[in-house]
Parts: sequence; C-alpha cells; structure tokens
Amino acid sequence: MGGYILKRILSAVPVLLGITVIVFLIMAMIPGDPATAILGSYATPENVERLNRHLGLDQPLWQRYFTWLGNLLQGDFGRSFALNRPVLDEILDRFAATLILAGTAFVLCAFLGIAAGVVSAARQYGPADKAITFVVILGISVPSFFLGMMMILLFAVKLRWLPASGMYSIWGGGDLPDLIRHLTMPAFALAVVATGVIARLSRGAMLEVLRQDFIRTARAKGVPERRVIWGHALRAAMVGIIPVLGIQAGFVLSGAVYIEMVFQWPGVGRMLVDAILKRDILLVQGGVVFIAACYVGFNILVDVAQSLLDPRIRT
Amino acid sequence: MSLFLRLVFRNRLAGFGAVVLGLIMLLALLTPLLPLHPPNETNTANRFLRPLSEGHWLGTDHLGRDLLSRLMWGTRLSLAVGFAAALVAGLLGAAIGVIAGYAGGRTDNVTMRGIDMLMAFPYILLALAIVAVLGPGLFNALIAVAVVNIPFFARNIRGVTVGIAHREFIDAARLAGMGNARILLTEVVPNIVPVVVIAMSTTIGWMILETAGLSFLGLGSQPPQADLGSMLGEARAAMITAPHTSIVPGAMILLIVMSVNLLGDGIRDALDPRLRSGALSRPMAATRVERTVVPPAQGDGLLRIDALETQFHVGPRIYHAVNDVSLALDPGECLGLIGESGSGKSVTALSVMGLVASPPGVITGGAVRLRGEDLIGAPYEVLRSLRGRKVAYIFQDPLSTLHPLYRIGDQLIEAIRVHEPVSHAEARRRAIELLEDVRIPNPAERARAFPHELSGGMRQRVGIAMALANDPDIIIADEPTTALDVTVQAQILALLDDLRRSRGLAILFITHDFGVVAQLCARVAVMYGGRIVETGPMAEVLDAPAHPYTRRLIACVPELGAGRRALAAIPGLPPAVDDLPPGCAFAPRCDKARDACREGEIPLSGTARQVRCLFPEVAP
Repeated sequence: MGGYILKRILSAVPVLLGITVIVFLIMAMIPGDPATAILGSYATPENVERLNRHLGLDQPLWQRYFTWLGNLLQGDFGRSFALNRPVLDEILDRFAATLILAGTAFVLCAFLGIAAGVVSAARQYGPADKAITFVVILGISVPSFFLGMMMILLFAVKLRWLPASGMYSIWGGGDLPDLIRHLTMPAFALAVVATGVIARLSRGAMLEVLRQDFIRTARAKGVPERRVIWGHALRAAMVGIIPVLGIQAGFVLSGAVYIEMVFQWPGVGRMLVDAILKRDILLVQGGVVFIAACYVGFNILVDVAQSLLDPRIRT
Repeated sequence: MSLFLRLVFRNRLAGFGAVVLGLIMLLALLTPLLPLHPPNETNTANRFLRPLSEGHWLGTDHLGRDLLSRLMWGTRLSLAVGFAAALVAGLLGAAIGVIAGYAGGRTDNVTMRGIDMLMAFPYILLALAIVAVLGPGLFNALIAVAVVNIPFFARNIRGVTVGIAHREFIDAARLAGMGNARILLTEVVPNIVPVVVIAMSTTIGWMILETAGLSFLGLGSQPPQADLGSMLGEARAAMITAPHTSIVPGAMILLIVMSVNLLGDGIRDALDPRLRSGALSRPMAATRVERTVVPPAQGDGLLRIDALETQFHVGPRIYHAVNDVSLALDPGECLGLIGESGSGKSVTALSVMGLVASPPGVITGGAVRLRGEDLIGAPYEVLRSLRGRKVAYIFQDPLSTLHPLYRIGDQLIEAIRVHEPVSHAEARRRAIELLEDVRIPNPAERARAFPHELSGGMRQRVGIAMALANDPDIIIADEPTTALDVTVQAQILALLDDLRRSRGLAILFITHDFGVVAQLCARVAVMYGGRIVETGPMAEVLDAPAHPYTRRLIACVPELGAGRRALAAIPGLPPAVDDLPPGCAFAPRCDKARDACREGEIPLSGTARQVRCLFPEVAP
C-alpha cells in the first residue's frame, strides 16, 4: 500500500514538470515587452532595458525557465508588479477562500450527485428517476454564473435570507455562522453543474453494476434490497464513480472563477482574471502552476482512495 | 437513417430539444432580415425600459439599447462561436487522435503523455492562460475554448482508432500496397467520422457555456459587440434594479444549452446498441409476476414446482424460457436438471426464489410451493427471508458471483447476519467454521482474502460455504463445477454429496453434463426448449433413455477406458424460444422425427418415468 502511494507520487513529478513547461511557454508567447507593460508606454528605452535586465528577460528562454523553476522549488514565485507583493503570499491569501468555497461545493456535489444517481438507477424509469433526470439536465445546462445571479435575486434581494456577496459581514461578522451564511449560496451555485454530471455517471455506473452476477448472489443470500443497492451495488459502482469525482474536482475549481466574480468571493479565480486583464505575468504564471499542482495532488488522493476501495489495483 | 431519426424522436425530450434548437437557429439565421432595432443603437433617455414597453418587446438595457435585438444578435454570435469551437476542437483533436492511434509506438506514447499533461489543468486555467497570451476578444476566446477541448477529442478518437488500426481490413489494405496516407484517408477516417460527430454534438453545449463564461468574465466579446455571455456580464451591475436585462440573456443560454444537451443525449442513446436492446435495465429485487391461474398442488413434498411458466419480454418479442415445467424435490434427495445452454434450466432454478432478472423476466404462470406454501407472487419480505435461509443457491462462476471488493469472511458473515441477529464476533466464528466445513485450509487466514486472491476451486468452496451459512433445507446448484478443473470438480462433487448425506440437504443440481450428476443424483429431469422432455430415476434413464434427445445427450459423454468410439455430437442448434415450432421442439434435429412430431402439443406421458415423445426409444 505504502509502495503504491509512493509510486503514484513519483509518477506525478513529470506531470508537474510538464505543467511548468506548458505554463512557462504559454506565458513566454505573450506578445509585447513585459517591461513596457510594467513601466507604461512613456518609459524611456534605457529604463525598459534596465528593468529587462533586472527581471532577467535578456537571457535565453531556457535559462529563464530554469531560473524560474529553481526559484519556484525554493518557494519563490516572484513578485506581482501590479500588487507589489510576493506572488506566493497573494496566492496563499486568496487560495484559502477558494478552498473553502470549492471544497464545500465539492462535498455537496459528491454526496448529492451520488445519492441522486443511486436513487435514479434503483428506480429506473419510475417517477423518481424521471424527475431526477429532468433536474439533472437542467442542472448541467444552466450557466453557473446565471444561476448565481438568480439566487442572489431570489434569496438575497427578494427574501432577504442570505447575504448577496462577500465572505464575511463587514460589521460584526467573522465567525463560523457568518461564514456559513455567506457560503451557502455560492457553494450551491458552484455545486449544481458537477452534481448533475456526477448524478448521471453514478446512475450509469449503478445500472451497469446492478446487472452483475454478484448482485444476484447478494439477493440470493437474502440481503435486504436497501443494502443490496446502497452497500453491494454502490460499493462496486464507486470504482467507476471515483475517477469521475477527480475530474469533477477540476470543473468545480474552474467554475469557482465565475462564482467568485458573481458573489464577490475573495478567491484565487478573481485574482487570476484581474491579473490577466492587467497582464501581471508572474502572478498568472504562479497562480496557474499553484492551482494545477493542487489539482494533481488531489488526483493522487483520488487514486489512493480508489486503491483503498479496490484491492485488485493495489499491486 | 430514417430508423435513426425515429429512434431519436421516440425520445420525446430529444424531439423537444431538436424542435427548440431548430427554431432558435432559424431565428438566428433570419435575424438580419427581421425588423429589429439596430442592436448597438443607444438611447440613454430610454434606459432600463421594462419588457413589453412600446417599441421594445423585451425592454432596453443600461444604454437604452433594444434588448430583443441584442438578444437575437447575441444568440447568433454565441451559436456561431459555439459551433465553430466544437468544429475546430473536433477536427484538430480527431486529427491528433487518428495520427497517434494509427502510428502507435513512440509517436502515440509521446502525444498521449502531452495530452495527459494538458488534461492535468482544470480547463479554465488553460483557457485563461491562452486568453492572457492572445488578449481578450471573442475570436481569442473561441481559440481558447477550442484548444482546451482538443485533449478530450484526441483521447476519444485515439481509442477508437487503435481499435480500427488492428482490424483485418487495414491489414488487407496494407497488403494491397496502399500507402499510410491513403489508408488513413480511405479506410480509417470514414470509420471514425460518426464518432467525431457524436462527440461534437454532445460537447457543443459545453462550448457554448464556456465561451459565454469567458465573455461573462470580460475576456470574450468586447463592447459594443455582445454575445449572450457578455450581455449577462454587462447586466450584472444592474441586476437588482433591472433584473430583466440579466434574465433575458441568461434564460436564452439555458434554453440553447438544454436543447443541445437533450438532443445530444437522444442521438447518443439512439446509437447505443445496449440501450436499444434494453440490456441496460436493472433487474428488480424480485421477478415480476403476471399470473392469472394458480395450478392446484400435484402432491406434497419439500419443494414442488407446478406448471411453471417464465418468459422474457423484450420489446414486442416474447421468449418462452420455461414452459409448463413441473418438478418435485424431497428432503435429502438430489435431483439433476440437465439440458443444453438456453434450455431453460437456470431460469427454472432462479424462478424458485424470484431471482430471474426482471425486466425482462416475467413469471406468467405456475406455482412454486415450499412445504405447501406458494412463493410465486409472495411479498418481497417473505421471499427475502426465505432466500439463503431455506433455499440457498450456488452459482456457476464464483469469480463473478462473489463480490469482488468484500473479503470472503465478510461476505459469509453478512450471509449469517441478514437472517440471524447474532453478534459480529459470533458470526465470524461461524464463518470460519463454515470455511473449515468445506475443507478450506487455514480458514481464519483465508477469511481475510478477497475473491481474486483465491483459486477457482477455493472460490467455489466459498460459494458452497455461503450457501450452507444458514443451514438451508434446499440447495440449488447452478452448474457449480462447470468453470473448474476435472480434479477440482470431483472434489466439489464429493463435498456436496457428503453434505447432502450428513445434513439431509435436498439438492437441485443443474448441469449440461450427464457425467457430472450420474453418481450424485438419484433422479434426473432433462430439459429442451423450455420443457421437460424426460424424467425418471437416474439409473433407468442412463440405462435406457426414452427420449431421442436424452439418448443423444448421453452419447455425448466420453467414457474413460471404453476404447475409441465416435462421439456423436448432436447436429444443429437448440431452438430459439421466441419462435418455437408446433409439436416437438427437438424434431428439427431428431433423426427419428416424422410428420406427426411437428403437429400439435405432445404430452409428457408416464408416471415414475415420464417422456415427451410420440416414438420413444423404449416404452416408458
């Protein structure tokens, strides 16, 4: 087991290196001169050249990559020129907020999606299945930012149940209940699409498993139907569902960008969009690498969970 | 093609999606011809007019521009970008996939590692990075969305191509001296076009959502030009005071994407052969029963099956899997039920406890009486409490019939605890005892093993142990030795015989092999085409088979040490039970068949020895 985890972690190293190369190359393709972007179009040529040398931009591409990678490995992501602070500090500040939002949404979509898929499969072609299928289609078709806006209109403006934006109240907030009140709407809005996708795939995986011989064996043993479905069948179906959870985690993380815009959530997604509009290259570069690395790490966890569930892949 | 369309439209939701999408596309095409206000004509005096205002059906936005006009033009733009992105991603992805899959080896490996790396990004990060390079703009957003989706297509198409590249017709083309480029274009590409089209139709919805998203963030279309996403983005500032400016474009995106998704699902389902055959339906907890008459009990005994009829209803077809089958089993007795695959022997056995997969299985008649109590149509809870406790099953292939993810000990413990409220520790002790009873060495240690860690013979012993867990009265063994080696087979048979003698078990032993049950069973019933054709004491049937089918079946068993002789295979195939000929089902394969055999019902005649034949080999 320990060997498997180690192997899985080692196999992530080339992926992470590849990610840094891709990000670095994309960023290097940005047309125009970063120094000009920083100093503005009125800067003198001498100043531009001095800044270029200071930033190491006069060196060949490969050398710049390795310098950046070396610094990265030492935890130095460079400085954001627009915010004038270290990139890593900014990312870490923002990432906590994104993690709370995306993490909650992920837990929501995993539980709701799997439960809906199981019920749907167990009652195939029944009214519950039809209702769930319809809601799922609606869920995967609605743009999350539109859903978020409509939720604000209904629950914040009309009903005044929940705050419309931000992470904490400005006056007297800051405790956990306050966070939960702020988190409810964005987390749900973010979870909807992934819930739909997971529900669909869970339904398919369950239908596949329910036809297997070992389900008939469980029934022949006299195992109650509820346990056949939620125990025997779901356990086997999870082997197919867990990889999908890993992929959906990426979609939740992606969707967080929109939701952070709509709900003014101080997360890393909004930071990235701002950085792109301001052409703050080091911040974009560092942010993308950081999130991609987290995503790769999460997928290692998914694989480990998979191997815990399925003894056949441990060897 | 017309079949395909019929299949798509049979799904009402898909039909609805097709109609809505068609209508929206038609309107989008006609937009320049419609009498609309110019979409970018501002009129700040008329800001935020409500819907149904004069001259502005849907009202106006924050600059007093006509919302209806902007909606139509925006829809046009969003649709065009979504389709274009799908097309670009589909074509480039397919090209990469085809080349990697066809070339194989190094090229394939390197390409696919690169694709994997791209897939390691949450998609929006990549899209954002690309927009960062190219700068905001609708065309750049299109490129970003297309590029982000290339890996998805490349992967799918590569998989399909690998499958095709190893088919015979490709080898044939190569032997005919065709070059790689020509093979790719004339042999491979035509085969993957449908796959690409399906993949595109199911992802267009996503593409539209993603470009709308980038525009919403301000990274897509730039003012004054607007697609649906940027309309929504601009309206957000006035969301609370003028919600209609947000709702109009948002609802349009929802409508478009939903109709695309519904249609895409319909297309995919129509092309999935498994859905068409109904093979993807899940079996219910107990077989469906549609019985009109309950036949009277023919006698008593531990288990009596009277005039059982089980059918499979697949679409308009009805397969008569079990047709008027009656059997009886006394305590401590072993009854062999023999027949070829498809003869209905397994379905008969599964019908006893309502375990026939349903849909498509339906029990349409007959009775199954356990100590006089009829089980057909019994409430689920009654059936469940009898399953495993009074009547237990042993199935054919223990690798697929044991749960692959539970330790065998836990599977045994569960079998005990679902019927008896004993503690976990007590159940474990008994589980280990059971493993010992079926002669598994180191039972305590083996209880911790997963099914895949045991040999076939060991697994079957676990299956037997599980059947014994609640000391049942009856064991129904459905080809329990078919998947095993001959020596292991002999051990398992000896084990079952021991258990029958020591516990007084009644065994219904199902097999296709006379050799297997000859020693084990005292009586035998032979099935063909869903009916019993002969039944009687084992020794008598073996000595002097009455039905020609039984005789031929016995002749198929090779005898050790009996010298060389021609093994007489039975020509032809067992009948398809959805279209049984009148008269004897075996007549088409029988060398003694006469015209009378092909007319009318032939009864099962005799008392202790029964045979369903007009011209039996011996008088019953």
